[in-house]
Amino acid sequence: MKESATHETARRYGMVIDLDKCTGCGACMVSCYAENNVPFKKDESNKLDSINWIRVVKMTNQKPYPDTQICYLPMPCMQCDGVGKHGHSPCVSVCPAVATDYDFTTGIVSQIYTRCFGCRYCMAACPYHARKFNWWDPVWPADMEKYLSPNVSPRMRGVVEKCSFCFHRYQLARDKAYQEERAELEENEYQPACVEACPVKAMTFGDLNNPAHAVYELKNHKHAFRLLERLETNPKVYYISSKEWVRRNGDNYLPDEAPGRLKSKAKARH
Amino acid sequence: MSISDLEHAVDPNLGAADHPPQKSSGWVVFFCFMIGLVGSLIVGWFLFPQWLYSEKHQPIDFNHSIHMDNVSDGCNSCHFFREDGTFSGIPDLSACTDCHQDVIGSDPEEEKFVTEYVAQDKEVQWLSYFRQPDCVFFSHAAHVTGAGMSCESCHGDIGYSTHSKVYQENIISGYSRDIWGYSISRFGKPGEHDGKPMKMNDCAKCHLEETGSKGACFQCHK
Repeated sequence: MKESATHETARRYGMVIDLDKCTGCGACMVSCYAENNVPFKKDESNKLDSINWIRVVKMTNQKPYPDTQICYLPMPCMQCDGVGKHGHSPCVSVCPAVATDYDFTTGIVSQIYTRCFGCRYCMAACPYHARKFNWWDPVWPADMEKYLSPNVSPRMRGVVEKCSFCFHRYQLARDKAYQEERAELEENEYQPACVEACPVKAMTFGDLNNPAHAVYELKNHKHAFRLLERLETNPKVYYISSKEWVRRNGDNYLPDEAPGRLKSKAKARH
Repeated sequence: MSISDLEHAVDPNLGAADHPPQKSSGWVVFFCFMIGLVGSLIVGWFLFPQWLYSEKHQPIDFNHSIHMDNVSDGCNSCHFFREDGTFSGIPDLSACTDCHQDVIGSDPEEEKFVTEYVAQDKEVQWLSYFRQPDCVFFSHAAHVTGAGMSCESCHGDIGYSTHSKVYQENIISGYSRDIWGYSISRFGKPGEHDGKPMKMNDCAKCHLEETGSKGACFQCHK
Protein backbone atom coordinates (compact mmCIF):
# COMPACT_ATOMS: atom_id res chain seq x y z
CA MET A 1 0.00 0.00 0.00
CA LYS A 2 1.25 3.41 -0.95
CA GLU A 3 0.02 5.06 2.21
CA SER A 4 1.98 2.80 4.52
CA ALA A 5 5.11 4.92 4.54
CA THR A 6 3.32 8.02 5.78
CA HIS A 7 0.93 6.36 8.19
CA GLU A 8 1.88 5.54 11.72
CA THR A 9 -0.37 2.76 12.98
CA ALA A 10 -1.97 4.38 15.95
CA ARG A 11 -3.97 1.39 17.10
CA ARG A 12 -3.94 -2.26 16.15
CA TYR A 13 -7.08 -3.87 17.40
CA GLY A 14 -6.79 -7.58 17.84
CA MET A 15 -8.17 -10.57 19.65
CA VAL A 16 -6.76 -13.35 21.76
CA ILE A 17 -8.90 -16.48 22.07
CA ASP A 18 -8.10 -19.00 24.79
CA LEU A 19 -9.01 -22.36 23.25
CA ASP A 20 -8.61 -24.09 26.61
CA LYS A 21 -11.60 -22.11 27.83
CA CYS A 22 -13.79 -22.30 24.72
CA THR A 23 -16.61 -24.81 25.11
CA GLY A 24 -17.88 -24.47 21.54
CA CYS A 25 -21.28 -23.22 22.72
CA GLY A 26 -21.67 -20.90 19.74
CA ALA A 27 -22.83 -17.86 21.72
CA CYS A 28 -20.33 -15.75 19.78
CA MET A 29 -21.94 -16.80 16.50
CA VAL A 30 -25.45 -16.08 17.72
CA SER A 31 -24.55 -12.65 19.06
CA CYS A 32 -22.77 -11.84 15.81
CA TYR A 33 -25.83 -12.74 13.72
CA ALA A 34 -27.95 -10.44 15.85
CA GLU A 35 -25.45 -7.60 16.06
CA ASN A 36 -24.46 -7.40 12.41
CA ASN A 37 -27.76 -8.15 10.67
CA VAL A 38 -26.37 -11.37 9.24
CA PRO A 39 -29.18 -13.29 7.54
CA PHE A 40 -29.53 -16.89 8.63
CA LYS A 41 -30.81 -19.69 6.45
CA LYS A 42 -33.30 -22.44 7.01
CA ASP A 43 -30.56 -25.00 6.53
CA GLU A 44 -27.39 -23.68 8.08
CA SER A 45 -25.66 -27.00 7.41
CA ASN A 46 -25.49 -25.99 3.74
CA LYS A 47 -22.08 -24.36 4.00
CA LEU A 48 -22.11 -23.10 0.41
CA ASP A 49 -25.12 -20.94 1.14
CA SER A 50 -24.79 -20.03 4.81
CA ILE A 51 -23.24 -16.76 5.90
CA ASN A 52 -21.46 -16.15 9.17
CA TRP A 53 -18.92 -13.58 10.26
CA ILE A 54 -17.54 -15.82 12.99
CA ARG A 55 -17.81 -19.57 12.95
CA VAL A 56 -16.80 -22.18 15.47
CA VAL A 57 -14.83 -25.00 13.91
CA LYS A 58 -14.51 -28.39 15.59
CA MET A 59 -11.12 -30.07 15.58
CA THR A 60 -10.12 -33.47 16.91
CA ASN A 61 -6.73 -35.02 17.42
CA GLN A 62 -7.96 -37.91 15.23
CA LYS A 63 -7.05 -40.53 17.78
CA PRO A 64 -9.35 -43.42 18.66
CA TYR A 65 -11.22 -43.61 21.95
CA PRO A 66 -10.18 -43.19 24.77
CA ASP A 67 -7.46 -40.81 23.57
CA THR A 68 -9.83 -38.63 21.52
CA GLN A 69 -9.60 -34.95 22.26
CA ILE A 70 -11.78 -32.17 20.86
CA CYS A 71 -11.05 -28.50 20.49
CA TYR A 72 -13.36 -25.74 19.23
CA LEU A 73 -11.87 -22.93 17.22
CA PRO A 74 -13.87 -19.68 16.86
CA MET A 75 -12.80 -18.01 13.61
CA PRO A 76 -13.67 -14.37 12.93
CA CYS A 77 -11.95 -12.36 10.20
CA MET A 78 -8.26 -12.39 11.10
CA GLN A 79 -7.84 -8.71 10.07
CA CYS A 80 -4.46 -9.48 8.51
CA ASP A 81 -1.75 -6.85 8.60
CA GLY A 82 0.16 -8.50 5.79
CA VAL A 83 3.89 -8.74 5.40
CA GLY A 84 5.69 -6.12 7.43
CA LYS A 85 2.39 -4.91 8.90
CA HIS A 86 1.88 -2.62 5.91
CA GLY A 87 -1.78 -3.36 5.46
CA HIS A 88 -1.04 -5.67 2.55
CA SER A 89 -3.79 -8.10 3.50
CA PRO A 90 -4.45 -10.92 1.03
CA CYS A 91 -7.97 -9.69 0.30
CA VAL A 92 -7.17 -5.98 0.09
CA SER A 93 -4.41 -6.46 -2.43
CA VAL A 94 -6.58 -8.38 -4.89
CA CYS A 95 -9.79 -6.34 -4.78
CA PRO A 96 -10.19 -4.68 -8.20
CA ALA A 97 -12.89 -2.30 -6.93
CA VAL A 98 -11.18 -1.00 -3.77
CA ALA A 99 -14.23 -2.28 -1.94
CA THR A 100 -12.05 -3.42 0.93
CA ASP A 101 -9.21 -1.46 2.49
CA TYR A 102 -6.95 -1.47 5.50
CA ASP A 103 -7.60 1.25 8.07
CA PHE A 104 -4.23 2.41 9.36
CA THR A 105 -5.74 4.05 12.43
CA THR A 106 -7.27 0.84 13.77
CA GLY A 107 -5.74 -1.96 11.72
CA ILE A 108 -9.20 -3.16 10.74
CA VAL A 109 -9.93 -4.40 7.22
CA SER A 110 -13.13 -2.89 5.89
CA GLN A 111 -15.71 -4.22 3.44
CA ILE A 112 -17.88 -1.71 1.60
CA TYR A 113 -20.96 -3.51 0.27
CA THR A 114 -22.10 -0.73 -2.05
CA ARG A 115 -18.69 -0.72 -3.70
CA CYS A 116 -18.31 -4.50 -4.04
CA PHE A 117 -19.47 -6.02 -7.31
CA GLY A 118 -19.10 -9.61 -6.26
CA CYS A 119 -16.12 -10.92 -8.23
CA ARG A 120 -15.06 -12.92 -5.14
CA TYR A 121 -11.34 -12.54 -5.73
CA CYS A 122 -11.03 -11.67 -2.05
CA MET A 123 -12.71 -14.94 -1.09
CA ALA A 124 -10.23 -16.83 -3.21
CA ALA A 125 -7.36 -14.88 -1.68
CA CYS A 126 -8.42 -15.26 1.94
CA PRO A 127 -6.70 -18.31 3.43
CA TYR A 128 -9.11 -18.36 6.39
CA HIS A 129 -12.45 -18.50 4.53
CA ALA A 130 -13.50 -15.46 6.52
CA ARG A 131 -15.42 -13.94 3.63
CA LYS A 132 -18.88 -14.99 2.55
CA PHE A 133 -20.84 -14.30 -0.60
CA ASN A 134 -24.50 -13.31 -0.73
CA TRP A 135 -26.00 -15.67 -3.28
CA TRP A 136 -29.44 -14.34 -2.41
CA ASP A 137 -30.99 -11.19 -1.02
CA PRO A 138 -31.24 -11.48 2.75
CA VAL A 139 -34.58 -12.69 4.08
CA TRP A 140 -35.59 -12.57 7.72
CA PRO A 141 -38.67 -14.15 9.26
CA ALA A 142 -41.76 -11.92 9.43
CA ASP A 143 -41.35 -8.80 11.59
CA MET A 144 -37.71 -9.57 12.33
CA GLU A 145 -36.61 -6.79 10.01
CA LYS A 146 -37.88 -4.38 12.63
CA TYR A 147 -35.24 -5.69 15.01
CA LEU A 148 -32.29 -5.12 12.68
CA SER A 149 -29.54 -2.88 13.96
CA PRO A 150 -29.55 0.55 12.30
CA ASN A 151 -25.80 0.78 12.88
CA VAL A 152 -24.95 -1.92 10.36
CA SER A 153 -26.23 -1.71 6.80
CA PRO A 154 -27.76 -4.96 5.53
CA ARG A 155 -26.12 -6.49 2.49
CA MET A 156 -27.71 -7.16 -0.86
CA ARG A 157 -27.46 -10.09 -3.26
CA GLY A 158 -24.18 -10.30 -5.14
CA VAL A 159 -21.74 -8.82 -2.63
CA VAL A 160 -19.16 -10.22 -0.24
CA GLU A 161 -19.34 -9.61 3.48
CA LYS A 162 -17.13 -10.36 6.45
CA CYS A 163 -16.44 -9.62 10.10
CA SER A 164 -15.60 -5.99 10.83
CA PHE A 165 -14.63 -6.43 14.50
CA CYS A 166 -17.96 -4.61 15.08
CA PHE A 167 -16.51 -1.39 13.71
CA HIS A 168 -19.79 0.45 14.37
CA ARG A 169 -19.15 -0.09 18.07
CA TYR A 170 -15.80 1.61 17.64
CA GLN A 171 -17.53 4.54 15.92
CA LEU A 172 -20.09 4.85 18.69
CA ALA A 173 -17.38 4.68 21.35
CA ARG A 174 -15.51 7.42 19.50
CA ASP A 175 -18.65 9.57 19.43
CA LYS A 176 -18.91 9.26 23.19
CA ALA A 177 -15.22 10.10 23.57
CA TYR A 178 -15.68 13.22 21.43
CA GLN A 179 -18.58 14.28 23.59
CA GLU A 180 -16.48 13.83 26.73
CA GLU A 181 -13.52 15.50 24.99
CA ARG A 182 -11.23 12.48 25.25
CA ALA A 183 -8.80 11.36 22.59
CA GLU A 184 -8.32 7.77 23.74
CA LEU A 185 -10.84 4.99 24.25
CA GLU A 186 -10.97 2.85 27.34
CA GLU A 187 -10.42 -0.84 26.78
CA ASN A 188 -13.96 -1.77 27.80
CA GLU A 189 -15.59 0.93 25.66
CA TYR A 190 -14.97 -0.90 22.42
CA GLN A 191 -15.56 -4.65 22.51
CA PRO A 192 -17.08 -6.69 19.66
CA ALA A 193 -20.37 -8.47 20.26
CA CYS A 194 -18.82 -11.95 20.22
CA VAL A 195 -16.31 -11.06 22.92
CA GLU A 196 -19.04 -9.64 25.11
CA ALA A 197 -21.25 -12.68 24.56
CA CYS A 198 -18.66 -15.32 25.42
CA PRO A 199 -19.92 -16.89 28.67
CA VAL A 200 -16.54 -18.28 29.70
CA LYS A 201 -14.54 -15.16 28.76
CA ALA A 202 -12.39 -17.13 26.34
CA MET A 203 -12.06 -14.11 24.06
CA THR A 204 -10.09 -10.98 24.89
CA PHE A 205 -10.13 -7.91 22.71
CA GLY A 206 -8.13 -4.71 22.68
CA ASP A 207 -5.31 -2.68 21.17
CA LEU A 208 -2.31 -4.92 20.53
CA ASN A 209 -0.05 -1.84 20.63
CA ASN A 210 -1.31 -0.57 23.96
CA PRO A 211 0.49 -2.03 27.03
CA ALA A 212 -2.50 -1.13 29.20
CA HIS A 213 -4.73 -3.57 27.31
CA ALA A 214 -4.88 -7.24 28.31
CA VAL A 215 -4.19 -8.49 24.77
CA TYR A 216 -0.79 -6.81 24.80
CA GLU A 217 0.51 -9.38 27.28
CA LEU A 218 -1.66 -12.28 26.17
CA LYS A 219 -0.39 -12.27 22.60
CA ASN A 220 3.09 -13.04 23.94
CA HIS A 221 1.85 -16.02 25.97
CA LYS A 222 4.14 -18.98 25.52
CA HIS A 223 1.30 -21.05 24.06
CA ALA A 224 0.02 -18.29 21.77
CA PHE A 225 -0.12 -18.98 18.04
CA ARG A 226 -1.84 -17.72 14.93
CA LEU A 227 -3.33 -19.61 12.01
CA LEU A 228 -1.16 -20.26 8.95
CA GLU A 229 1.70 -18.11 10.20
CA ARG A 230 3.90 -19.48 7.44
CA LEU A 231 1.92 -17.40 4.91
CA GLU A 232 2.97 -14.23 6.75
CA THR A 233 -0.52 -12.80 6.51
CA ASN A 234 0.17 -11.45 9.99
CA PRO A 235 -3.30 -11.99 11.49
CA LYS A 236 -4.42 -9.98 14.50
CA VAL A 237 -6.35 -12.90 15.97
CA TYR A 238 -4.21 -14.95 18.33
CA TYR A 239 -5.07 -18.29 19.88
CA ILE A 240 -3.81 -19.84 23.10
CA SER A 241 -3.83 -23.56 23.69
CA SER A 242 -1.90 -25.67 26.13
CA LYS A 243 -2.27 -28.69 23.82
CA GLU A 244 0.46 -29.20 21.32
CA TRP A 245 -1.73 -30.99 18.76
CA VAL A 246 -3.99 -27.92 18.67
CA ARG A 247 -1.09 -25.58 18.04
CA ARG A 248 0.18 -27.98 15.40
CA ASN A 249 -3.21 -27.79 13.63
CA GLY A 250 -2.70 -24.06 13.20
CA ASP A 251 -0.40 -24.59 10.24
CA ASN A 252 0.90 -27.32 7.96
CA TYR A 253 3.93 -28.43 9.94
CA LEU A 254 6.20 -31.23 8.93
CA PRO A 255 6.17 -34.16 11.35
CA ASP A 256 9.59 -33.21 12.74
CA GLU A 257 8.85 -29.51 13.02
CA ALA A 258 7.86 -27.96 16.33
CA PRO A 259 4.91 -25.56 16.05
CA GLY A 260 6.81 -22.71 17.68
CA ARG A 261 9.72 -22.66 15.28
CA LEU A 262 8.06 -21.03 12.28
CA LYS A 263 6.63 -18.33 14.45
CA SER A 264 9.99 -17.26 15.78
CA LYS A 265 11.39 -17.34 12.26
CA ALA A 266 8.60 -15.10 11.00
CA LYS A 267 9.14 -12.73 13.90
CA ALA A 268 12.86 -12.48 13.23
CA ARG A 269 12.16 -11.36 9.67
CA HIS A 270 10.08 -8.40 10.75
CA MET B 1 -21.41 -8.38 -64.89
CA SER B 2 -20.91 -5.90 -62.06
CA ILE B 3 -23.12 -5.37 -58.99
CA SER B 4 -24.51 -2.04 -60.28
CA ASP B 5 -25.57 -3.76 -63.48
CA LEU B 6 -27.41 -6.29 -61.36
CA GLU B 7 -29.21 -3.49 -59.47
CA HIS B 8 -30.29 -1.95 -62.75
CA ALA B 9 -31.57 -5.29 -63.86
CA VAL B 10 -33.67 -5.64 -60.67
CA ASP B 11 -34.88 -2.03 -60.43
CA PRO B 12 -35.12 -0.13 -63.68
CA ASN B 13 -35.93 3.11 -61.76
CA LEU B 14 -32.42 3.23 -60.25
CA GLY B 15 -30.32 5.40 -62.48
CA ALA B 16 -28.64 8.73 -62.96
CA ALA B 17 -31.51 10.54 -61.15
CA ASP B 18 -30.10 9.34 -57.73
CA HIS B 19 -26.99 11.41 -57.84
CA PRO B 20 -28.09 15.08 -57.47
CA PRO B 21 -29.80 14.73 -53.97
CA GLN B 22 -26.67 13.03 -52.53
CA LYS B 23 -24.80 16.34 -52.68
CA SER B 24 -26.99 17.89 -49.94
CA SER B 25 -27.48 14.73 -47.84
CA GLY B 26 -24.46 15.60 -45.64
CA TRP B 27 -26.30 18.67 -44.38
CA VAL B 28 -29.48 16.71 -43.84
CA VAL B 29 -27.61 14.17 -41.73
CA PHE B 30 -25.90 16.93 -39.75
CA PHE B 31 -29.20 18.75 -39.23
CA CYS B 32 -30.95 15.61 -38.02
CA PHE B 33 -28.03 14.82 -35.73
CA MET B 34 -28.18 18.28 -34.17
CA ILE B 35 -31.94 18.01 -33.63
CA GLY B 36 -31.34 14.66 -31.93
CA LEU B 37 -28.46 16.01 -29.84
CA VAL B 38 -30.28 19.11 -28.66
CA GLY B 39 -33.40 17.06 -28.02
CA SER B 40 -31.46 14.54 -25.94
CA LEU B 41 -29.78 17.31 -23.99
CA ILE B 42 -33.09 18.95 -23.21
CA VAL B 43 -34.53 15.63 -22.06
CA GLY B 44 -31.40 14.64 -20.12
CA TRP B 45 -30.58 17.92 -18.43
CA PHE B 46 -33.95 19.55 -17.94
CA LEU B 47 -36.86 17.14 -18.28
CA PHE B 48 -35.39 13.98 -16.74
CA PRO B 49 -34.32 15.68 -13.48
CA GLN B 50 -37.89 16.92 -13.16
CA TRP B 51 -39.30 13.46 -13.72
CA LEU B 52 -36.73 11.94 -11.39
CA TYR B 53 -37.82 13.89 -8.34
CA SER B 54 -41.24 13.93 -6.78
CA GLU B 55 -42.04 16.99 -4.72
CA LYS B 56 -43.31 16.68 -1.19
CA HIS B 57 -44.25 19.28 1.37
CA GLN B 58 -43.48 19.16 5.07
CA PRO B 59 -46.54 18.30 7.15
CA ILE B 60 -46.11 21.68 8.88
CA ASP B 61 -44.53 24.71 7.22
CA PHE B 62 -41.85 25.29 9.87
CA ASN B 63 -40.45 28.76 10.50
CA HIS B 64 -36.86 28.33 11.72
CA SER B 65 -36.24 32.07 11.94
CA ILE B 66 -38.94 32.82 14.50
CA HIS B 67 -37.71 29.96 16.70
CA MET B 68 -34.10 31.13 16.53
CA ASP B 69 -35.24 34.46 17.97
CA ASN B 70 -36.89 32.76 20.93
CA VAL B 71 -34.41 30.07 21.97
CA SER B 72 -31.33 30.61 24.10
CA ASP B 73 -28.81 28.17 22.64
CA GLY B 74 -29.18 28.48 18.88
CA CYS B 75 -29.40 25.22 16.92
CA ASN B 76 -28.45 23.20 20.03
CA SER B 77 -31.72 24.14 21.71
CA CYS B 78 -33.61 21.61 19.62
CA HIS B 79 -30.92 19.67 17.71
CA PHE B 80 -28.72 18.51 20.55
CA PHE B 81 -26.17 15.84 21.38
CA ARG B 82 -27.16 13.06 23.71
CA GLU B 83 -24.84 12.14 26.57
CA ASP B 84 -23.45 9.15 24.66
CA GLY B 85 -22.33 11.41 21.82
CA THR B 86 -25.08 10.50 19.36
CA PHE B 87 -26.95 13.32 17.67
CA SER B 88 -30.66 13.73 18.22
CA GLY B 89 -31.42 15.15 14.76
CA ILE B 90 -35.00 16.27 14.29
CA PRO B 91 -36.65 16.76 17.70
CA ASP B 92 -39.72 14.78 18.66
CA LEU B 93 -43.05 16.16 19.79
CA SER B 94 -42.08 16.43 23.46
CA ALA B 95 -39.49 19.08 22.61
CA CYS B 96 -42.22 21.23 21.03
CA THR B 97 -44.87 20.82 23.68
CA ASP B 98 -42.81 22.66 26.28
CA CYS B 99 -44.02 25.86 24.58
CA HIS B 100 -46.78 24.76 22.22
CA GLN B 101 -49.28 23.26 24.68
CA ASP B 102 -51.75 25.81 23.34
CA VAL B 103 -51.71 28.12 20.36
CA ILE B 104 -49.42 30.98 21.31
CA GLY B 105 -49.13 32.84 17.99
CA SER B 106 -51.32 33.84 15.12
CA ASP B 107 -49.79 31.63 12.43
CA PRO B 108 -52.33 29.19 10.92
CA GLU B 109 -49.55 26.58 10.60
CA GLU B 110 -49.02 26.67 14.35
CA GLU B 111 -52.73 26.26 14.95
CA LYS B 112 -52.70 23.27 12.62
CA PHE B 113 -49.74 21.85 14.52
CA VAL B 114 -51.41 22.24 17.91
CA THR B 115 -54.80 20.86 16.89
CA GLU B 116 -53.61 18.02 14.65
CA TYR B 117 -50.50 16.89 16.48
CA VAL B 118 -50.16 18.26 20.04
CA ALA B 119 -53.80 17.80 20.99
CA GLN B 120 -53.80 14.26 19.57
CA ASP B 121 -50.34 13.45 20.92
CA LYS B 122 -49.18 12.45 17.43
CA GLU B 123 -45.59 12.71 16.19
CA VAL B 124 -45.02 14.89 13.14
CA GLN B 125 -43.59 12.91 10.23
CA TRP B 126 -40.97 15.48 9.25
CA LEU B 127 -39.12 14.94 6.00
CA SER B 128 -35.35 14.99 6.54
CA TYR B 129 -33.56 16.93 3.81
CA PHE B 130 -30.14 15.59 4.70
CA ARG B 131 -30.78 11.91 5.44
CA GLN B 132 -27.84 9.96 4.05
CA PRO B 133 -28.18 6.51 2.44
CA ASP B 134 -28.14 3.45 4.66
CA CYS B 135 -24.51 2.60 3.92
CA VAL B 136 -23.20 5.90 5.30
CA PHE B 137 -21.97 6.50 8.82
CA PHE B 138 -21.83 10.17 9.74
CA SER B 139 -20.66 11.36 13.11
CA HIS B 140 -21.94 14.78 14.11
CA ALA B 141 -19.76 14.53 17.22
CA ALA B 142 -16.56 14.17 15.17
CA HIS B 143 -17.37 17.24 13.08
CA VAL B 144 -19.04 19.57 15.57
CA THR B 145 -17.43 18.60 18.87
CA GLY B 146 -14.19 17.16 17.54
CA ALA B 147 -13.36 19.48 14.63
CA GLY B 148 -15.26 22.49 15.95
CA MET B 149 -17.29 23.03 12.79
CA SER B 150 -20.42 25.13 12.85
CA CYS B 151 -23.80 23.81 11.76
CA GLU B 152 -23.92 26.40 8.95
CA SER B 153 -20.77 25.11 7.29
CA CYS B 154 -22.75 22.13 5.94
CA HIS B 155 -26.42 22.97 6.45
CA GLY B 156 -26.28 26.60 5.30
CA ASP B 157 -28.30 29.23 7.11
CA ILE B 158 -31.42 27.08 7.24
CA GLY B 159 -31.86 28.52 10.74
CA TYR B 160 -32.93 31.83 9.21
CA SER B 161 -35.45 30.42 6.76
CA THR B 162 -39.05 31.44 7.32
CA HIS B 163 -40.65 28.61 5.34
CA SER B 164 -39.86 24.94 4.87
CA LYS B 165 -38.74 24.40 1.33
CA VAL B 166 -40.16 21.73 -0.92
CA TYR B 167 -38.71 18.29 -0.24
CA GLN B 168 -37.57 16.65 -3.47
CA GLU B 169 -37.42 12.88 -3.32
CA ASN B 170 -35.59 10.79 -5.89
CA ILE B 171 -38.28 8.41 -7.11
CA ILE B 172 -35.77 5.64 -7.81
CA SER B 173 -33.54 5.73 -4.73
CA GLY B 174 -35.87 7.52 -2.31
CA TYR B 175 -33.07 9.88 -1.21
CA SER B 176 -33.45 13.60 -0.77
CA ARG B 177 -32.23 15.83 -3.59
CA ASP B 178 -30.43 18.04 -1.09
CA ILE B 179 -27.69 15.43 -0.80
CA TRP B 180 -26.91 16.14 -4.46
CA GLY B 181 -26.73 19.84 -3.82
CA TYR B 182 -28.60 22.55 -5.62
CA SER B 183 -28.60 21.21 -9.18
CA ILE B 184 -28.07 17.80 -10.68
CA SER B 185 -25.54 19.22 -13.16
CA ARG B 186 -23.80 21.15 -10.38
CA PHE B 187 -24.39 24.41 -12.27
CA GLY B 188 -26.15 27.40 -10.82
CA LYS B 189 -26.18 28.86 -7.37
CA PRO B 190 -27.56 27.38 -4.17
CA GLY B 191 -30.93 28.53 -2.95
CA GLU B 192 -31.10 31.14 -0.22
CA HIS B 193 -31.13 28.70 2.69
CA ASP B 194 -29.67 25.61 1.02
CA GLY B 195 -26.87 23.61 2.55
CA LYS B 196 -23.78 22.36 0.82
CA PRO B 197 -23.90 19.25 -1.39
CA MET B 198 -23.27 16.09 0.63
CA LYS B 199 -22.25 13.42 -1.81
CA MET B 200 -19.26 11.19 -1.18
CA ASN B 201 -16.96 13.30 -3.35
CA ASP B 202 -17.92 16.39 -1.36
CA CYS B 203 -17.03 14.65 1.91
CA ALA B 204 -13.78 13.34 0.44
CA LYS B 205 -12.81 16.75 -0.93
CA CYS B 206 -13.19 18.44 2.44
CA HIS B 207 -11.44 15.58 4.27
CA LEU B 208 -8.52 15.83 1.87
CA GLU B 209 -8.23 19.58 2.44
CA GLU B 210 -8.64 19.49 6.20
CA THR B 211 -6.97 16.24 7.25
CA GLY B 212 -4.65 15.55 4.32
CA SER B 213 -6.32 12.23 3.57
CA LYS B 214 -9.66 11.07 2.25
CA GLY B 215 -9.68 8.59 5.12
CA ALA B 216 -10.25 4.86 5.18
CA CYS B 217 -13.51 3.42 3.86
CA PHE B 218 -14.85 2.51 7.28
CA GLN B 219 -14.49 6.08 8.47
CA CYS B 220 -17.71 6.99 6.68
CA HIS B 221 -19.20 3.66 5.62
CA LYS B 222 -20.93 1.01 7.63
